[in-house]
Amino acid sequence: MRYVEEYRDPSAARALVSRIGELARHDHFKFMEVCGGHTHTIYRHGIEHVLPDSVELVHGPGCPVCVIPMGRIDDAISVAVQPGVIFTSFGDMMRVPGSAGNLLSAKARGADVRFVYSPLDALRVAVENPDRDVVFFAVGFETTAPSTAVTLLRARDEGVKNFTVFSNHVTIVPPIKAILESPDLRLDGFLGPGHVSTVVGQRPYRFVPEVYRKPLVTAGFEPLDILQAIEMLLLQIRQGRCCVENQYTRCVREEGNARALEILAEVFELRPHFEWRGLGFISQSALKLRPEWADFDAELRYSLPGVRVADPKACQCGEVLKGVIKPWECKVFGTACTPETPIGTCMVSSEGACAAYYNFGRLHREVASGMAPGKSEASG
Amino acid sequence: MCLGIPGEVVEIVDPVRQLAKVDVAGVRRNINYGLLAEEGIVPGDWVLIHVGFAMSKIDEEEAAQEIEGLKRMGQAYEDEVRAVADSKIT
Repeated sequence: MRYVEEYRDPSAARALVSRIGELARHDHFKFMEVCGGHTHTIYRHGIEHVLPDSVELVHGPGCPVCVIPMGRIDDAISVAVQPGVIFTSFGDMMRVPGSAGNLLSAKARGADVRFVYSPLDALRVAVENPDRDVVFFAVGFETTAPSTAVTLLRARDEGVKNFTVFSNHVTIVPPIKAILESPDLRLDGFLGPGHVSTVVGQRPYRFVPEVYRKPLVTAGFEPLDILQAIEMLLLQIRQGRCCVENQYTRCVREEGNARALEILAEVFELRPHFEWRGLGFISQSALKLRPEWADFDAELRYSLPGVRVADPKACQCGEVLKGVIKPWECKVFGTACTPETPIGTCMVSSEGACAAYYNFGRLHREVASGMAPGKSEASG
Repeated sequence: MCLGIPGEVVEIVDPVRQLAKVDVAGVRRNINYGLLAEEGIVPGDWVLIHVGFAMSKIDEEEAAQEIEGLKRMGQAYEDEVRAVADSKIT
């Protein structure tokens, strides 16, 4: 239980764990989280190690980097290598493997690929380089998409003509629905995502209890938040309730951010369908620019190969993303697939389950498999 | 990462471009407050910041708790703070 000692309020944490143990007694519960930040926190703080065996946490498709299929990376690279293009991207996307290298290797071969922190940085690059065509690789859930939208509003207002967005924004509700529809999994409830919820609020999740009869509790990023949310899920189940609850009231409001949602609707529309790594094609799950924004749409300015690329045979990212297997159950985890040499996206992104487990979780596995304490591998 | 980190609004820098200067872990940088323009922000407000944008307002006590929790995430939080520090939003 030593992890608990590092939590903000160890005695509250111990009390929560004890109550969770009582609530979950004689049963087995599987709760899925769909938030890269939760994946990270859970591994970082050994929460799975702290929970009783009767409560199992499953990591779902909460990493918007991890769900981008290889073919879309190839598309991005095909734009990046066009003459005159400055291709801008968040750091996480730079090392995601396409079928023949990643954005970083394209950069090494001479493409002008630049890391940006914000879509506004990408816009500034466009303004400062009027003779070049600047493309922004837009990735992220509803947490990030409104920022891309505001940037586009500003680009239009300022008459910027050399700026386009390659939109790979995805939305949170469809993958949750796809998971619930999947025969692979039997889940007992969900932890709702943290910062996506600051934008979308709580109402979009109501279909989970109302249609699928599973509770959902939106949680913050501290270990105590996660433990509290798990207790709230268990209380619902034991008390015969089933609804959406908010544990993360300090940052999430029921109605979300109405202005952000308005701006999203002004700039983006839902694609009829979009391929998610591991989950296949999901309808209405991704955003593309509305026709009025065609001048800013990289998919219209450039001719993309648009080839569907299957994951490498060894790659089991799809199963990890659906929570069907744990990272260490992947045959290439830690051997052929490491953060330095990733085969799949779950290992590349800091939010990916495999990267999180690789960085924080191996000690847990040793303990779980009964290896002697103190026998530890060098951390990677 | 899709993490928002708390920062304190120090001043409104450009109402047209909707830019405000925020203090994030002692570092002061510009962010865009367009997503909060309707509710409005003033110096002293605390906001959650993600990729250069203020996403939502949180109260000061909540911000302090959130920061403490994020610090325990270690590298992830440090990376976000550093990204803000390296940013030059105009």
